[in-house]
Amino acid sequence: MSAHTEDAVEHEATTDAGTRLRAEGVRVGYGDTVVVGGTEGLDLDVVEGTVTAVIGPNGCGKSTLLRTLARLLTPRHGHVLLDGRRLDAVPSREVATVLGVLPQDPTAPEGITVADLVARGRHPHQRWFRQWSAEDEEAVAEALEWTGMAGFAERTLDTLSGGQRQRVWISMALAQGTDVLLLDEPTTFLDLAHQVDVLELVARLNRERGRTVVMVLHDLNLAARYAERLVALHRGEIAVEGTPHEVLTEDTVRDVFGLEARVVPDPVAGTPMVVPIGRYVT
Amino acid sequence: MTTETDTTETGTTETGAGTRVPDAVAGRRPLRAGPVSAVWRPRGAAVVLVGAAVLVLVGAVSIGRGDYPIAVGDVLRVLFGGGSRSETFVVTELRLPRVLTGALVGAALGIAGAITQGVARNPLTSPDVLGVTDGAGVAALLVLVLAGTGGSAVGLLAALGLPLAALVGGLLAAALVVVLAYRQGLDAFRFILVGLGISVALVSVTSWLLVIANVQQAGLALVWLRGSLNARGWEHVLPVAVVLVLVVPVTIALTFRLDALDLGDDTARGLGVRVDRTRISLLGLAVVLAASATAAAGPIRFVALVVPQVSLRLAGGSRPPLIASAIAGAVLVVAGDLLARTVLGGEVPVGVVTVVLGAPYLLFLLVRRTRKDSA
Repeated sequence: MSAHTEDAVEHEATTDAGTRLRAEGVRVGYGDTVVVGGTEGLDLDVVEGTVTAVIGPNGCGKSTLLRTLARLLTPRHGHVLLDGRRLDAVPSREVATVLGVLPQDPTAPEGITVADLVARGRHPHQRWFRQWSAEDEEAVAEALEWTGMAGFAERTLDTLSGGQRQRVWISMALAQGTDVLLLDEPTTFLDLAHQVDVLELVARLNRERGRTVVMVLHDLNLAARYAERLVALHRGEIAVEGTPHEVLTEDTVRDVFGLEARVVPDPVAGTPMVVPIGRYVT
Repeated sequence: MTTETDTTETGTTETGAGTRVPDAVAGRRPLRAGPVSAVWRPRGAAVVLVGAAVLVLVGAVSIGRGDYPIAVGDVLRVLFGGGSRSETFVVTELRLPRVLTGALVGAALGIAGAITQGVARNPLTSPDVLGVTDGAGVAALLVLVLAGTGGSAVGLLAALGLPLAALVGGLLAAALVVVLAYRQGLDAFRFILVGLGISVALVSVTSWLLVIANVQQAGLALVWLRGSLNARGWEHVLPVAVVLVLVVPVTIALTFRLDALDLGDDTARGLGVRVDRTRISLLGLAVVLAASATAAAGPIRFVALVVPQVSLRLAGGSRPPLIASAIAGAVLVVAGDLLARTVLGGEVPVGVVTVVLGAPYLLFLLVRRTRKDSA
């Protein structure tokens, strides 16, 4: 795992043992409105080797927070630290060897093949005269194999199903070889079976490869099952954070989502499961 | 799909140093020498080689045509260092500069188009949209029509000579488009709209200048405005050649970043690319190439629009290829000039031929795109 990044970011005085990514007093906004951080600023620690899910109602700033952690947005106040170093102080390319991001709606050029797309994940490791080194080839082959997409290498992306396409994008992020991976709603537009499929892949990445993952998820029950740490965002501020059992209580679901619900143990995984109470159908 | 996951487990058994990985990626054969590496793309290489051969052949035919006809074989012999003295004189002094100017201008326009379309991710974009061509046109007309009569600004332009004035005009117009289109980053769509607006404004200035010009000036101006290779000498070849030699290596290095930019701004930033800086630099290079081409031969329209898409269809891939576009552009301009001189007769400007060929193609692109969007 660290073999990919040994030439990358030096581990300078890490603030807390095990913290890879940290937000300190972060406030982000568009125009005059503050979307994330409220008045105080938002603090968040992402611990090495964990899967964190950011949850919250529509418009609460989940994506904004993730995009800030990924340096796609610059906070107006405060800053984000990667391995103890401020993101804006490290060359973006160097960050890209440690921190990978899969945006919500990535675009693929028309007619690109699966292998060519996954190979673009190697961009931070390449130079214009070194576009396909042995390491690149190895990383891409492994990423394709790992996500089960090796057999589709020469197919063009537009011939694949939504679930397969998402696997290809994850392969690309995997080929980038970063320790930390940020996923912005990796399961949107997928049916339940493919949502589970993608999240199983994320879980394997975490367990077998020790990748640290932060993802924005809509489905609370899947978030509770696949993340060991939940961050519930409400109006741009952290309402509750902790283990799924700590976060997903009937009170939190009411306060954060404005939803009356029962929370019962998931019959399969034992994690909390949110069962909404309707007004007409109870 | 869930069953496929199981079959891949064998490929992922991690055993510390000896991780078993498949050794090759289908469709991406490596081409490696020392620290240099690339993907071997046979189709792209074939297009470049065949294109280069076609270019030499068409160029030789074009050189052979004239009041003193020379057989293609003899032209080639002269080009590769043989032939009689009289043939050598006619070829290298009289006719080669015209063909070379055409080839270099075409190459510059082809690359400029490939860059612009690659950056904008839109096959309908070309340096024309950046205002280059019309800016150069206005500057050239100012020199032709107002020289001597105008104010000091025109006098200054006139002192530069027509080609340099056209170059300056093209660069200024493009700079204006960029400045007006820039708003917290460079959005491709806004860019195209602003470019179209500026172009229309510049075209009306051109019309005005043609109206106030006297008959002789208007005649000269019209020939220039159609884009012509008539009476081109080595002094026209050299500037374009120098620009190409300086700009192309930088372009090749920078277009590598389009690999990331193609995937959208967020993904590109995630891959460590500085999006706006890359876009501006690449567009700047495209503008310099297109402006120098226009300065050397006048506005030869549609080459930069058509050539990148044709090259893309021929070479395959997901973005207009640079080198193939350069060669295809050179072939189009040299062949267009040959066509204009032989089939159409007289001294028909090459720009007329490219417009006649290009306009239907633009319509085809528009129709296809509209269909696709409404589908």
